[in-house]
Amino acid sequence: MSLHPIRLTVNGKPEEATVPAGMTLLEFLRERLFLTGAKEGCGAGECGACTVLLDGNPVTSCLVLAVEAAGREVRTVEGEAQEGDLSALQRAFIEEGAIQCGFCTPGMILSARALLTRNPDPTAAEIVEAIAGNLCRCTGYEAIVAAIHRAAKEERSRQ
Amino acid sequence: MSEDKYRYVGQSVAREDGPEKATGAARYTHDLSFAGMLHAAILKSPHASAKIVRIDTTKAQAVPGVRAVLTGGALTYRLGIYLRDKQILANGIVRYQGEAVAAVAAETLDAARKAVSLIEVEYAPRPAVLDARQAMKKDAPLVHADLGSYDFMKGVFAPQPGTNIAHHQKIRAGNLEEGFRGSDLVHEASFMTAPVQHVPLETHAVIAQALPGGRTEVWTSSQSPYMVRHLLALTFGLPHQAIRVHVPYVGGGFGGKAGLHLEPLAIVLSRAAGGRPVKVVATREEEFNTLPSRQGLHSTIKIGVTQDGSIQALQATYVWDAGAYADYGVNVGRAAAYSGAGPYAIPHCAIDSYVVYTNKVFGTAYRGFGHLEVLWAVERAIDQVAHKLGMDPYEFRMKNLLKAGDRTITGETVTPGHGRPDLCLEAAAKEIGWGTQSVPSSDPRKVRGKGLACLHKAPAMPTYTSCSAIIKLDEDGGADVLVSGVDYGQGTYTTLRQIAAEELKIQIERVHVINDCDTAFTPYDWQTVASRFSFMGGNAVIEAAKDCLHQLKATAALALKVRPDEIDFQDGFALVATEPLRRVPYKDLALGYTFQNGSSVGGPVIGHGRYIATGLTHLDLATGQGRPAQFWTYGAHAVEIEVDTETGEVEVLKVATALDAGKVLNPLQCRGQVVGGVVQGLGSALWEGFLFSEDGRLQNGSFTDYKIPTSKDVPHEIVPIFIESPQPDGPYGARGLAEHPMISIPSAVGNALYNALKIDFDSIPITAERIQQGIAARSRA
Repeated sequence: MSLHPIRLTVNGKPEEATVPAGMTLLEFLRERLFLTGAKEGCGAGECGACTVLLDGNPVTSCLVLAVEAAGREVRTVEGEAQEGDLSALQRAFIEEGAIQCGFCTPGMILSARALLTRNPDPTAAEIVEAIAGNLCRCTGYEAIVAAIHRAAKEERSRQ
Repeated sequence: MSEDKYRYVGQSVAREDGPEKATGAARYTHDLSFAGMLHAAILKSPHASAKIVRIDTTKAQAVPGVRAVLTGGALTYRLGIYLRDKQILANGIVRYQGEAVAAVAAETLDAARKAVSLIEVEYAPRPAVLDARQAMKKDAPLVHADLGSYDFMKGVFAPQPGTNIAHHQKIRAGNLEEGFRGSDLVHEASFMTAPVQHVPLETHAVIAQALPGGRTEVWTSSQSPYMVRHLLALTFGLPHQAIRVHVPYVGGGFGGKAGLHLEPLAIVLSRAAGGRPVKVVATREEEFNTLPSRQGLHSTIKIGVTQDGSIQALQATYVWDAGAYADYGVNVGRAAAYSGAGPYAIPHCAIDSYVVYTNKVFGTAYRGFGHLEVLWAVERAIDQVAHKLGMDPYEFRMKNLLKAGDRTITGETVTPGHGRPDLCLEAAAKEIGWGTQSVPSSDPRKVRGKGLACLHKAPAMPTYTSCSAIIKLDEDGGADVLVSGVDYGQGTYTTLRQIAAEELKIQIERVHVINDCDTAFTPYDWQTVASRFSFMGGNAVIEAAKDCLHQLKATAALALKVRPDEIDFQDGFALVATEPLRRVPYKDLALGYTFQNGSSVGGPVIGHGRYIATGLTHLDLATGQGRPAQFWTYGAHAVEIEVDTETGEVEVLKVATALDAGKVLNPLQCRGQVVGGVVQGLGSALWEGFLFSEDGRLQNGSFTDYKIPTSKDVPHEIVPIFIESPQPDGPYGARGLAEHPMISIPSAVGNALYNALKIDFDSIPITAERIQQGIAARSRA
């Protein structure tokens, strides 16, 4: 398989690598950068566990090739906490009971982050829509929706 | 909820592992890798039933990077938990489409997959049996011709060699004929539940390394560190000390990660690859099609009642579609039988529960352990009988629910400590305004209805099930709690942390429950299933904490120069009860106390606690009489739904779920179990079910074709209600409740659909298509 040099930004830091053409962004993040927060739940873009932000938009990184991320900005769950302080979203997920097994959590948090970036005051229906591509088998989603609501409110009040 | 005299028990404490999980730092087996680790891929059978005529692995062996290629012929091990009917790879014949036939370990996953694609297998298809009822017939092809040679748990199970019946559980109480003779009305009906998948977001994953000298190390996404070790020891004939099982964070289980799964395959691959660590991760397709699911069930039920609504007799035949293996499924058939008449007082009862092999992907434990399936039949039939009698289904249930003094169908006398199913039903029904019709929808295409259903379940576990806990006091007076039950999301570690802090009388922030189990360090627990971890683990942690206090007391008495019985504890201090200012902090006692002159007494405080099921007996094989249950948890659901009469789509408006928790140890986590369980139950009720082709191939083994509930599919409102009638031997009076919210959700939805449409649905999932067909059939009639 042909190899390609890429440069990209991951969680604000520049990265340089040479990757096979067929390597997915998920594989690149997990195997080359050891950012294992993004999970593989299906490998087919159906479950959302591998969700990361590409130039601010949520993508299922198992369906994006690493070469497609060249020149772009990737954000993973590892970039959510700033200088060791949990974000309002992360705190709300913990306190509302939105985390059980935790395997879907990184993808959920990034889908929520994308939503709050473009819409700081979402309705419940908008939250439900924003995470409809992220499967969770544990929580029944109620606490996740509540956590995103709470984080949105807190982030608005700080601005 | 009851007034709390406790500082932590009963409080909504958030998960301790939250920060790790919210930041991506939590490491699951999927995330682990080791130097020199190989990756595995599996070749699966395309046939439901076939003889393996020839396997040629020559081309696979030649792929660069391949380190081991294995086929079943080289492996003679028999494995399984209650009935040892499984093999690591199919040997000679394949019994279901999706069964593992060969496996490769290679330097990269790509190389392993390429090698697998080059393995040549010649199959000679054999007759397949795909329906469990057909499989019970005399001339049916045998899925396991050598069933008579398999080892199994004697005195508990009864495999029938020469048939496809892996177990037949009988329950006999009273005199059935007499019961039906004394009935004014006898109702008969049949019901079906489809096989479904657990769908943990983290698929099964394991890394194993067979070390030189015979020791083996395993990292696995499992609910059962000690059971995995025990079954590996039995399978490979190794001493238990030679096997070490680590369980890091687990991304969901729901029963599907209890027992033994991919661990033996990883071990034999590691052995074949010269002791390199080998990682086996199930693809999502393998999770659906190779790893086990929930068994299907066909139920026939006959209920006799008097005119005034008193149940006299119940006869049920449960035929479980076990699929190709029943190592765990036999116990589902057993447990669901002793719960198979619902939480009712029934004087005359006969239940026959058959666990039957077919040539399909096999079944195992799944949240609720057979109870959702049998109560789909019982709770629908109860409603049907009420309608025939012209009685309100609520009144009919109330009249027959178990109460103190009644006998269960296995001969257990109900006591006040058993809990109150009537209070659950009353609270749930009240919450949805039972007795008043639904407010009609403004959309004329949509009709609404309400439904009720009751439930009960006890942990299904061996009579001798036990567990233990160790608490180590640290240099700073804090505590580490070691257990080997797994918190794969259900929140038990948080509950145990609360209990330890409460008992030790220290701040909860100073208690850490070790989250990665390791059979080398964390003490024995049978396995994490059956909603028994908070109950048994909670009791063990209480005892371990008391042991710590006992040790602290002895050292503190020497330090404070009083008798041990004069010592009391408060906020991390040991003190003289009558003179609270004479005190010494735990940190000065935890490793031993040092006097001013340097001389020392005591020593490190390490507490040990244990718990074993008590008073349980095997069920008599002929009558099913005995005591199977450490405790029962009762509950009831009340639901209101809206159905679109054109599309057949169901919208769930409200679910009220009442459970007799005994004592709510953590409202936040209990609520999480209820909401999550209700939504999972709705998956079984409305959408989820395996579809097979005529030749036995699974048709919907992917998220494209098999839909689990998304954020858009949840009820408008879920109201958890907790009744608290204390369980005398439970920790702080608590019972388990993690599986229960899911049980009887389909029944309540089915009953609500009847209420809305006057159509009796007998099969789940009740898909939109089935509802449309039902409406069409009704309008033709």
